[in-house]
Amino acid sequence: MDSKPQGLGAGVKGIGKLCGAPWARRLIWGCRKAFSSNRAEGATYRPENLRPDSVTTLLRLGDRGLYCEVGDFHIDPWQPVERAVITHAHGDHARWGSGTYLCSREGQGVLRTRLGTDASIQSVDWAEPVDINGVRVSLHPAGHILGSAQIRVEHRGEVWVASGDYKTDPDPTCTPFELVRCHTFITESTFGLPIYRWCPEWQVFDDIRAWWTANRHAGRASVLFGYALGKAQRLLAGLAGADIGPIYTHGAVERLNRDYRAAGVRLADTRYASDLPKGYDFSGSMIVAPPSAAGSTWLRRFGNVSTGFASGWMRIRGARRRRALDRGFVLSDHVDWPSLLAAVEGTGAQRVWVTHGTREPLVRWLTERGLEAMALRAQWKGEEDADPVEVAGEEIPA
Amino acid sequence: MKRFARLLTELDETMRTNEKVDAMAAYFSTADPADAAWAVYFLSGGRPKRLIPVRRLAAWAMEEAGIPEWLFEDCYEAIGDLAETMSLLLPDAESTSDLPLHWWIEERVLPLAKQSEGAQRAVIVESWRELAGAERFIWNKLITGGFRVGVSQQLVVRALAKASGIDEGAIAHRLSGHWEPRPEAFAALLAAETGDADVSKPYPFYLAYAIEDELDDLGDPAEWQAEWKWDGIRAQVIRRNGQTFVWSRGEELVTDRFPEIASAAAFLPDGTVLDGEIMPWKNGAPLPFAQLQRRIGRKVLGAKILNEVPVVLIVYDLLELDGRDARGEPLSWRRERLDEVIAGARSTVLVPSPLIALSAWSGARDAHARAREMSAEGLMLKRRDGVYGVGRRKGGWWKWKVQPYTVDAVMIYAQAGHGRRASLHTDYTFAVWDDGKLVPFAKAYSGLTDAEIRELDGWIRRNTVEKFGPVRHVKPEHVFELGFEGIQASPRHKSGVAVRFPRILRWRTDKRAEDADTIATLRALMSQPS
Ligand SMILES: [Zn+2]
Repeated sequence: MDSKPQGLGAGVKGIGKLCGAPWARRLIWGCRKAFSSNRAEGATYRPENLRPDSVTTLLRLGDRGLYCEVGDFHIDPWQPVERAVITHAHGDHARWGSGTYLCSREGQGVLRTRLGTDASIQSVDWAEPVDINGVRVSLHPAGHILGSAQIRVEHRGEVWVASGDYKTDPDPTCTPFELVRCHTFITESTFGLPIYRWCPEWQVFDDIRAWWTANRHAGRASVLFGYALGKAQRLLAGLAGADIGPIYTHGAVERLNRDYRAAGVRLADTRYASDLPKGYDFSGSMIVAPPSAAGSTWLRRFGNVSTGFASGWMRIRGARRRRALDRGFVLSDHVDWPSLLAAVEGTGAQRVWVTHGTREPLVRWLTERGLEAMALRAQWKGEEDADPVEVAGEEIPA
Repeated sequence: MKRFARLLTELDETMRTNEKVDAMAAYFSTADPADAAWAVYFLSGGRPKRLIPVRRLAAWAMEEAGIPEWLFEDCYEAIGDLAETMSLLLPDAESTSDLPLHWWIEERVLPLAKQSEGAQRAVIVESWRELAGAERFIWNKLITGGFRVGVSQQLVVRALAKASGIDEGAIAHRLSGHWEPRPEAFAALLAAETGDADVSKPYPFYLAYAIEDELDDLGDPAEWQAEWKWDGIRAQVIRRNGQTFVWSRGEELVTDRFPEIASAAAFLPDGTVLDGEIMPWKNGAPLPFAQLQRRIGRKVLGAKILNEVPVVLIVYDLLELDGRDARGEPLSWRRERLDEVIAGARSTVLVPSPLIALSAWSGARDAHARAREMSAEGLMLKRRDGVYGVGRRKGGWWKWKVQPYTVDAVMIYAQAGHGRRASLHTDYTFAVWDDGKLVPFAKAYSGLTDAEIRELDGWIRRNTVEKFGPVRHVKPEHVFELGFEGIQASPRHKSGVAVRFPRILRWRTDKRAEDADTIATLRALMSQPS
């Protein structure tokens, strides 16, 4: 491996200048062809080597994560590695301790916040190819959170896409998902069952606003839980025009708001709740906090509250009741079942690896439709555990 | 239907008792009586009969959703509720109408019983296409017969009282027994004057709290009446218009189950209502409760079992005299009249509850110590000047059970056992009420017969709400009497108490989930003198 000529940094500079990346755009979006048209693009199929840990596939599942042998780099490794390509800054995808990190330009700010000032982070524009030891790597919007990327990996005409977490619904806080054609698509399946179907975002925000109005009339504060990175900002962007007065935030949320605002995302005006004096009357106000704050002493300052949680899990009645919440708002940063199937079909991939969430039903569904699908035991968790209360290695004060 | 769906959503979305009552009261005061009648019926635990086998319903839903059976089953596993699974899988509604609740029930649900399978399917599918979100979920609950909303009857009564300004006691009385969900019945429920025609109607039972204070804090013992707390079936015997009705505390009409009580009651004057305990009794002494259960289990009561397990009614109280509600009179007055009425009936089956002479509290302590010898569960202490209240009210009546401690708890989780019983659910978690919510406080494994375990196992499989790994969250429906050796405060437990050596004493099939004890009962046990 040490005979390979360049580190990641050199690769970025070298290739980035060479091509303004129009070639990459050829493949993405707008080419919703049937599966059968796929092989025309010159895929090298080696069905005998289909096992996910097989050395002969372009990407494989190693001990430390998804690994590209030829390019000697990992995608979203869960243990420290030499070179890590990062889909997005959620805790289960971006972990500390790796030598160098490559991420999207858009995601640089939040990744820096997560990894701290010491981490060696390089970023690239969307679709700008990077040569890593002869493997062509480019990042394409995943629409999950600010800067979230799908990693396109190309070698000798074979194209793989690792999508990380993604959604295809519009979200004002990040660049929309782009469909990337590929031979092998590595997909999440956090919500990989047909019971998960999302309503349009505006309906959810109407519900949130009605909930807040009712709470205000009852003299209660509304505490809205959403993951500190991504969901909280999506909520704040959605509430930006809602005219609901000052919104107070938890420290974990406020810290990431700065990154979003610095990236040019318009959020509702917020105030850091802990800046207010003891005994401050929060009745009638809206508070946005990470779900880890539920049941904590931090909540006490708000007095009489109604609690709500914005998450795809809230689609299921029992999931809300188990958390003893007053309200559940079905708002997810992951694909629902119909969008997941559409994305898989749209990529034209013949082989699909399913990495996290409810994997087996999706694998069976795709297999029954003639795809080579299999479940991968990746250590990513989807929405379940993506709650970076700790950012940059230090606990953020509430 | 939309309005009713909104009410259920509101009930579902708040944990606060007052908000639940307010939401129901608002509904009752504005809804069409024809709808409100059905709402009262469902909210107080009424459930439509299952009209279509669930397998058939599920098959239709799969076809409508374009989903194979294996995937439907995966979805069901993730949700644990058939009505919800179908609701979420079916395609979005094509059009929505806002026909009233009673129309959906009377025009769509009830006629299903007489329709062919083809016609049933057409009605179901059409309804799915017309209903969205919460309404579709409710519709599915209606047709699967699994309607449960998690409010107690007492809350419904409170809401009706709030909506009408009528006394809670009157509402509870009008609602007890058989209540038909008709608009006239709803109007009568909230009507100002009482022309209560239903001669069979029992009064709501007055229930005691476990004693919390030291006896000396109850004041002068002369102000209290002490009796044994018997361990039988609490019942009300009604004699009106020449007819007899025996109601159990579960509000079941059990007149036919206890012919000896029914015939003894025929000697009571018209317009008499007694509150008492049905006890298996032979040769002047009580038999174990298990004997009574043997008898309850029989479909047909032969001469043999009637001879082996005869019953008596230990009479505690007189609720109606000469057709007049006597509950507002002081206990001392009611007890005097009670003795007269029973003496007049000249029956060995009606036995006034023996009083324990109480000149000093030490006498009560002595009696309490002897309770087990008497085959009693403990003592009851009742304020002599107290009225007969409605439901569980603090202050007038206290129960003071003997050791071991016992409480009635609701089973909420079940888990498969080990070894020989690995295929059966034998490990149960039990909960008591805390402000309208069930809080788990004890796990128990032993105490049921193999037949009971098998029966319960089948029920658990059919009534799993949710699964977390091996643990099944089941519908809060079955009540068990748990015994334990000790109790102490424990901040580590959600309920705030920890109990020692809990075990199942018996399955209280005569009680409903809302009849189970509250966390206050458990807390009171901690301070109980022993
Ligand atoms: Zn994520």
